[in-house]
Amino acid sequence: MSAASILFAILFYAAGTVFVGGLAWRIRVYARTPAPLKIPTTPAPTTRGGVALRLAREVALFESLFKGGVWLWLFAWLFHAGLALVLLRHLRYFIEPVWAWLAFVVPLGVYAGFAMIAGLAGLWVRRVAVARVRYISTPSDHLMLALLVAIGLSGFAMRFLVHTDVVAVKAFFLGLMRLDPQPLPADPLLYLHLALVAALMLVFPFSKLLHAPGLFFSPSRNQPDDSRERRHQAAWAAPLDGRN
Amino acid sequence: MAADVKAPPLREFPDVPPALVPDAMAGAKPYVASDKIQQAIGFPGELTEGWEGRALGRMGELLDRYRSLRVYLDSCVHCGACADKCHYFLGTQDPKNMPVARQELMRSVYRRYFTLPGKLFPRLVGARDLTKDVLDEWYTYYHQCSECRRCSVFCPYGIDTAEVTMAAREIMAAVGMGQKYSNEIIGKVHRIGNNLGLPGPALADTLTGLEEDTLEETGASVRFPLDEAGAEVLLVTPSADFFAEPHVESLIGYAKVFHAAGIRWTLSTKASEAGNFGLFIGNYDQLRRIALRIREAALELGVKRIVVGECGHAWRVAYSFWNTLAGIGAGGDDPFARALQSQLDSRYRQPMHICELTWDLIRRGALTLDPEANDHRVVTFHDSCNVARGSGMGDHPGGQFTIPRDIVRAVANRYVEMDPGTTLERTFCCGGGGGLLTDELLDLRVKGALPRMEALQEVVDRHGVNFMATICAICKAQFSKVLPYYGFKMGMVGGVHQLVSTAIRLGAKQ
Repeated sequence: MSAASILFAILFYAAGTVFVGGLAWRIRVYARTPAPLKIPTTPAPTTRGGVALRLAREVALFESLFKGGVWLWLFAWLFHAGLALVLLRHLRYFIEPVWAWLAFVVPLGVYAGFAMIAGLAGLWVRRVAVARVRYISTPSDHLMLALLVAIGLSGFAMRFLVHTDVVAVKAFFLGLMRLDPQPLPADPLLYLHLALVAALMLVFPFSKLLHAPGLFFSPSRNQPDDSRERRHQAAWAAPLDGRN
Repeated sequence: MAADVKAPPLREFPDVPPALVPDAMAGAKPYVASDKIQQAIGFPGELTEGWEGRALGRMGELLDRYRSLRVYLDSCVHCGACADKCHYFLGTQDPKNMPVARQELMRSVYRRYFTLPGKLFPRLVGARDLTKDVLDEWYTYYHQCSECRRCSVFCPYGIDTAEVTMAAREIMAAVGMGQKYSNEIIGKVHRIGNNLGLPGPALADTLTGLEEDTLEETGASVRFPLDEAGAEVLLVTPSADFFAEPHVESLIGYAKVFHAAGIRWTLSTKASEAGNFGLFIGNYDQLRRIALRIREAALELGVKRIVVGECGHAWRVAYSFWNTLAGIGAGGDDPFARALQSQLDSRYRQPMHICELTWDLIRRGALTLDPEANDHRVVTFHDSCNVARGSGMGDHPGGQFTIPRDIVRAVANRYVEMDPGTTLERTFCCGGGGGLLTDELLDLRVKGALPRMEALQEVVDRHGVNFMATICAICKAQFSKVLPYYGFKMGMVGGVHQLVSTAIRLGAKQ
């Protein structure tokens, strides 16, 4: 097996560990930090079921963002929905045999890739062209977009320009999952694509990508509006009762 | 100061977001609290050596105590959905008044000291050291936020800049850089019982005077009781209602409603203030202590119901926080909560907004109303931010929008809505909320009122609106002050219960 194959195997074990471990650590911090006061942005649902629906609409439809502006919503939604389908398409590298419904999704993933790149392009143009957004953009915001665009383009290049041996790639990832590393095709585009994906996994738990778990822990969205009916108290605040 | 205050020209409404004018408001900041004011409420008197460490220490504590702060500082992706939603940005064009940029003032420090990338690559992720310049910038721009939560409506993650502003103010107060206006008022509420510093005997005099005036006006002996043990209802209302115009007109309205419905009610000297500026400075301890006054008054007077007058942030605190802080509400199964909750009448929502009470009476036909008495008025309704986005009314989401409007429509025949982009959950702050209702910030307040003034101008031109009803003491005071800068009459703003007061017929129901 080539040195590159071994290197990529190590890289993906490391990236996977940092991604899962880092995210779990962050989620643990969020879950354990109390929310001492009821602060849902009202009008808000009054029941837990209603809250679940509100969050589902935020996750699937970006409801609040839609209120904020249609263009931004469109680019963001195109990108995320595209990314979701692209990720589903990539599931086939990890599943054997491929599930029937997944086989149906796989061809859609290509169109989704276009949507993803189009969304990213829109977001990037906005970042440069709209003075307000330019003002609040940091170098890392641009780098993040560059990273995602590069992942998308390198993936497309393998799909349409320089094909890679996808069967061997699948063997590589199945091997990783079985702790039995297999060789990776010696293909520069594939190396680039995989290195960028590993980089994305590595920065995820330390960057603004934490907005993904963050949404579920956002008190203004995940609290039911029932403050008059239920007494809500943080553990650190409870001992204050009766003390002056 | 007031001499250089100028209202920006009204734009054609609705409009595209304005161009950026960096540092346009860099010079606008409220007075810093004196050591006396600070120490009276338990904060250090001034900024002293080593404040940086103490500020970061306090920030760390807040990050551990408030999930909101922790999640909001991590989650922002700089998408800009909020950027053009803040009335202070729209009115001043200062880019640091964009909610995301305002948050970034603290997020940059958070990233530097509390995150790995900020420690390793500060420039890349926009992290910076906490210096005196940064603290001064915090002081300036965290006092150009009225904590109105409009930005949180549009944020895909619900990031609420108010939570960040409150944390920043809390940190600043904790290192000796508190705000004079808010902290002085908090001192007064503890010392005297209300924000305006109106002592008990003066309050009693004022109420006697109101009884005489109302008797003269209506021929009915409408009472304004104070500290009457055994009353059914304790009314907690902003102290501005006791003598400021137009606030007092609503107080008269509440009294007439109680009179007409035959409800025995009382005010309390100890709880002669619904406002709770602990919210504005983001200090849990103050928020709680101020709320406990209401609990004590309710227990002492033995009342069955607690009703809150027309005050926006007070209603947010009452509706959303009183149950947590002082056990005023329902569903508490601990001794502290039960002590009060078993005394209160559980058939009613506790606490209740005066609009909920009045609307319930109107719906049941318990009040005799003559809406023609308001025919000289063309009315519109300004949703107050804390009521709209931080509380509720009635038993369904959005009751805080429908109930006040239902009352207005029941007592006035001519009612119109302002532009839907500026009402309900999208309402614009009056420009004076969140602890900014102080003269040295008048320029900011006038500019911050711009979006509301544009929407008002539109309904004035189109429908001849001459009365903007609202249910917030700060909105009333702020609009009374800034309306003239935009060429409106200051008397255009008033309370919902001012309209009720005009329309209600006292005496035997026909």
